[in-house]
Amino acid sequence: MHMADALLSPAVGGAMTVVSAGTIAYCSKKVRDEFDERKVPLMGVLGAFIFAAQMINFTIPATGSSGHLGGALLLTVLLGPHAAFLVIASVLTVQALFFADGGLLALGCNIFNLGFFPAFLAYPLIYRRIAGDGELRNRLTAAALCAAVAGLLLGACGVVVETICSGVSALPVVPFLALMLPIHLAIGLVEGVVTAAVLSLVATARPELLRATLPPTPAAGRYLRTATVAFLAFALLSGGFLSLFASEKPDGLEWSLAGTAGGEAVKGGGKGVQGAMAAFQEKLAFLPEYSFRKPPATAGGSLGKIRAGSPGAGQVVGKEGKNSVGTSMAGIVGGAITLAILFLAGMLLKKRSYVIT
Amino acid sequence: MDTLAAGGTALHRLDPRGKLLTTLVFIVTVVSFDRYAVSALLPFAAFPLVMTSLGALPSRYIISRILLLAPLAMISGIFNPFFDREVLFSFGSMGVTGGWVSFASILLRVMLTVGGAITLVAVTGFPTICRAAQKLGAPRVFVTQLLFLYRYIFVLAEEGGRVSRGRSLRCCGRRGMGVGSYGSLVGHLLLRTWRRAERIHMAMLARGFTGEFQNLREFRFGGRDLLFVGGWSLLFITFRTWNLPQFLGTLVSGMIP
Repeated sequence: MHMADALLSPAVGGAMTVVSAGTIAYCSKKVRDEFDERKVPLMGVLGAFIFAAQMINFTIPATGSSGHLGGALLLTVLLGPHAAFLVIASVLTVQALFFADGGLLALGCNIFNLGFFPAFLAYPLIYRRIAGDGELRNRLTAAALCAAVAGLLLGACGVVVETICSGVSALPVVPFLALMLPIHLAIGLVEGVVTAAVLSLVATARPELLRATLPPTPAAGRYLRTATVAFLAFALLSGGFLSLFASEKPDGLEWSLAGTAGGEAVKGGGKGVQGAMAAFQEKLAFLPEYSFRKPPATAGGSLGKIRAGSPGAGQVVGKEGKNSVGTSMAGIVGGAITLAILFLAGMLLKKRSYVIT
Repeated sequence: MDTLAAGGTALHRLDPRGKLLTTLVFIVTVVSFDRYAVSALLPFAAFPLVMTSLGALPSRYIISRILLLAPLAMISGIFNPFFDREVLFSFGSMGVTGGWVSFASILLRVMLTVGGAITLVAVTGFPTICRAAQKLGAPRVFVTQLLFLYRYIFVLAEEGGRVSRGRSLRCCGRRGMGVGSYGSLVGHLLLRTWRRAERIHMAMLARGFTGEFQNLREFRFGGRDLLFVGGWSLLFITFRTWNLPQFLGTLVSGMIP
């Protein structure tokens, strides 16, 4: 469920990074304020525990496949939403940087999809409500199941929305959802069963660990409200800021914010109406009812495109040169030459650096 | 990776903040291309290539790390050829659809962004990147958390591996591999981890831990770093604005016929 950089547009990635960074800052402040000193090493080591637990698989009966723990819900139950969000974010950061799973720009999206939904929606709204104080084993199991499924389904919806808004993948919304939701329903059920199994063991062996995170007052709702308002504000602000910024770009980077802040945000970029419209048109073209339209090859000086002529390519491409073989050939030949030059440079640099060291 | 980051080339000695920023600029420019961009993306391979060469990194290792993620990229892009069937250009008698072009674009993006991130970690080191992020304004609690996590991943992953191996040695085929034993296995691992965390905390308190890791070395952002960030950023913007391979190809194919 990790998103990759390759499927993201800078606008979506940037907006989600701002949102996640804001959440991390908020949670860091929360954790520091209610500073329970024991929590700091505990958070770190539990994050590492998630990695360790993911190395152990179990077979899922009647399917022949195997599953493992995701851990977001388990962490939230053990640590509370704020600390858990930080742990999940740190686990994802390590995965992105060290194991190159996901990517740096996609990190914001991944943290939001995998951290925010379980910690700030599924846990207070579903798990807490059903599990109560965690004394009854059946309620614990039901709560873990429901919350894990809900968290993962919401996360899957997040992935779909972010991917569609980015517009790199050509998959239309409905098949994409039809693909993602059943898979994540299954993953969620597995996650719920595993979380319930681990929690019930903890409840037997060291019940005080589960009681530690129970809020003294029913304040979960308040936290949630503050958090939600803050995130919405962040999303709108960053969306508005980025779309303004984007429309001022002379070469019309396709930084359309249509999805992140709702379709209205596109209007925000008053200056570059044309660029915004073109971007919006492109967005329309991804909807399933329409056939796939090519982005306007000549509009907005989008020089980066494969078909658009570079300044030097003018005479070959000509005016009608949209589908011309010449342009594509030029791209292929030039690409090959570029790669050859790069590899040669790499080899030369390598030789030199050996001499130096 | 940590062994690679301990190298002593000029690239290793640069301020990590500069390297982090440059990599971010790199990734943002790469993903800012539209979905049919292929040739324009190629010059960007210069960044991971030069980092690998100047950082004296084992290129085979870096390439294998990138290829490890290729299947993931395939899955994320494989639907494009099915849904986007409009022919963009024909190559001889064969029509190439937009779907295949965007598929190639996705593959290329994955290789570039992953390559950039991997070379960054390989010439900088994860803990140093975390400290750089803190200098750039990341919350202290979060950075401490990242450093803790990184410190214990390998310890606990080893333990997880041992637990997993122990179970498979005691299982006959599939019996005992189900969720029943799994739950208590992971639960006990969790309890052990918890106790370990408490011990670690006490040991750290005994050694005067105040909630923050101390740095021995302060970062210094000098002229070389400015040159590194500025030079690369300028290059990325050039690559973003002008499609150099296209230009080169036109030049060559214009001369040949």
